Amino acid sequence: VTAAHTSVTATSTDAMPDCRRTVPMTALVGGTAGMLLCACVLSVAVGARTAAISDVIGALVGDDTTDPITRAAVIARVPRTVLGVLVGASLAVAGTVMQAITRNPLAEPGILGVSSGAALAVVIGIVFVGISGPTTIALFAVVGAGVSAAAVYAIGSVGRGGASPLKLALSGAAMSAAFMSLTSALLLPRVDVMAGFRFWQIGGVGGATWERIRIGAPPLAVGVLLCLGCARSLNLLALGDDVAAGLGARVGRARLVAAGGAVLLCGVATSIAGPIAFVGLVVPHLYRSVTGADHRRLIPAAALGGAALLVVADVVGRVITRPQEIEVGIVTSVIGAPILIMVVRRRKLHEL
Amino acid sequence: VTAAFIATGRQRRRQHRRHVSITLGILLAAALMVTLMVGNTFYGPADIARVLLGHDVPGAAYTVRELRLPRVLVGVLAGGAFGVAGVTFQTMLRNPLASPDVIGVSSGASAAAVIGIVTLGLGQTAVSLLAVGGALATAFGMHALASRGGFSGARLVLIGVGVGAMLQSVISSVLSRSAEWDLQGAMQWLTGSLNAATWKSVAPLAVACALGAAALATHGRHLSVLRLGDDSAAALGVDVPRTRRLLLAVAVVLLAFATAAAGPISFVAFMAGPISARLVGPGASLTLPAALVGALLTVTADLVGQHLFAHRYPVGVVTGAIGAPYLVILLITLHRSGDSM
Repeated sequence: VTAAHTSVTATSTDAMPDCRRTVPMTALVGGTAGMLLCACVLSVAVGARTAAISDVIGALVGDDTTDPITRAAVIARVPRTVLGVLVGASLAVAGTVMQAITRNPLAEPGILGVSSGAALAVVIGIVFVGISGPTTIALFAVVGAGVSAAAVYAIGSVGRGGASPLKLALSGAAMSAAFMSLTSALLLPRVDVMAGFRFWQIGGVGGATWERIRIGAPPLAVGVLLCLGCARSLNLLALGDDVAAGLGARVGRARLVAAGGAVLLCGVATSIAGPIAFVGLVVPHLYRSVTGADHRRLIPAAALGGAALLVVADVVGRVITRPQEIEVGIVTSVIGAPILIMVVRRRKLHEL
Repeated sequence: VTAAFIATGRQRRRQHRRHVSITLGILLAAALMVTLMVGNTFYGPADIARVLLGHDVPGAAYTVRELRLPRVLVGVLAGGAFGVAGVTFQTMLRNPLASPDVIGVSSGASAAAVIGIVTLGLGQTAVSLLAVGGALATAFGMHALASRGGFSGARLVLIGVGVGAMLQSVISSVLSRSAEWDLQGAMQWLTGSLNAATWKSVAPLAVACALGAAALATHGRHLSVLRLGDDSAAALGVDVPRTRRLLLAVAVVLLAFATAAAGPISFVAFMAGPISARLVGPGASLTLPAALVGALLTVTADLVGQHLFAHRYPVGVVTGAIGAPYLVILLITLHRSGDSM
């Protein structure tokens, strides 16, 4: 028994340096939070009318001496920034959790076809049920996201070897194509619905209002809490189902709760900002190399990082073709696709 | 005795393939004829024959010659080109899901074409060339990215999925900037539609199809050898990288010209290969049957979309509605058998 015990300790200390090499949590969270703060300041300052830092502070604290037009511009950019933070954090957490549950480095709301499933559900709701309020739209989006995530994962995991990254990516891409084709079949005869829908379909935070934030924030908070609550079980799931069960994790329940949280997050995020791809893929990959694979650290770090990425991407989209704006969903996919390609190229084939 | 068995088996398969091709050809001719006859005004087969032979039939001559004939020709050529491009990709990558519309090559053509139409306001010829350039750049860029440390089909597919997602967002971005009245046209083009077909769009597509057919007639044999795996193909004397680049180029050019003329008609490139494989059976070359299946699918779907519903749907909506469930079934059976992943 002692020999076995020492060997276990030996292997775990062997594994330790790997953990110690990672950046201390406080520095990491502090650094990312600082980045996020800078991003937010930039986001309220930069745009068609750029404000100086003093004007930004003046406008936010309600100083009457600042130029009224600048003040109005700054205040108008606040909800947009808040929405960006919420959506970015949600998508990053959803991506992190999906990658953990499926043990698949490519699992991500966009690739799993969740976003296009949510879009299809919303269009079905608008066309056949006549929904219009933001709450019902969010509800339809969440249901659509859940159904399509389950369907893609189920199809991807039929057969030998379970849901390998290749099978999952192909199932997701194929189902996305199918969803998109059904969506356009529903939209084509209805010009009025199409016009409103196309702006939603690109994914942007430009149309942010406090009302949308009020509707979106509570379910998003619930989703993040669900995912955080499963963090320890997710660590165990990474060891394989049998080992996790042996170490006392309730595998099925943990996976279900975490998946529910992730689907809630990306469904609601999609309904308030449209489908935004690659945030959920890129952020966990960037952070996993820094924080290590411990989800109790990874999830909060990814939330902050996702928020920062989305807000920065939004600012980039506003600046790059001024005075026109590029929606944040396009910026993230142009940043994200090369990173996906890098991940695919770096891994050896048998890992794919 | 065994050799005799093999010989008769081979002969029987060849005969079966010929029968399938002839049946498909007859069906295609029938669909063609119906498309020429049906429309706002019905013309009998005799009228159609007279118009086709160059006689002047009042009323029918203009409608058939200038409206219906180019439409159905674009349908046949584009459908055939999609079918051949799809089956070439699927065979070469040894994965029925790796058709150019799933792995992002069609998105390359579409993105270039949409930028040409909406942003640059180009004419049809320039848009065709731009679409060809976009598809070639996408396909060869992906090929180069997937080739590091030995070419891998799986890597190409995964990279294609990522590139496709990026290009899709570029397309929606360009569309969101288009004027309201352009939107329906652009959406229709993106689902694939024969509404814009004129003699002007037939010509470049026909040239591309002829060139593609010539190239495949001389090199198509290598495609079936590539199916055996890179090592076996090399052992049988095929220059694998060169053949792959050549076949890729032919498939992409066919795909791009078809996309430029009719838009990326959903799932035709994807469906033609598996359907013809099921019809013909194992071992045979699928190029000709896939071309026929692609053309038949496109023409029939256009006929259905134009006349069977209250609203006139573009052909891509109909093929999409057939393709989506077919795709799901194929995914499930493929994963269950597990051999092609």
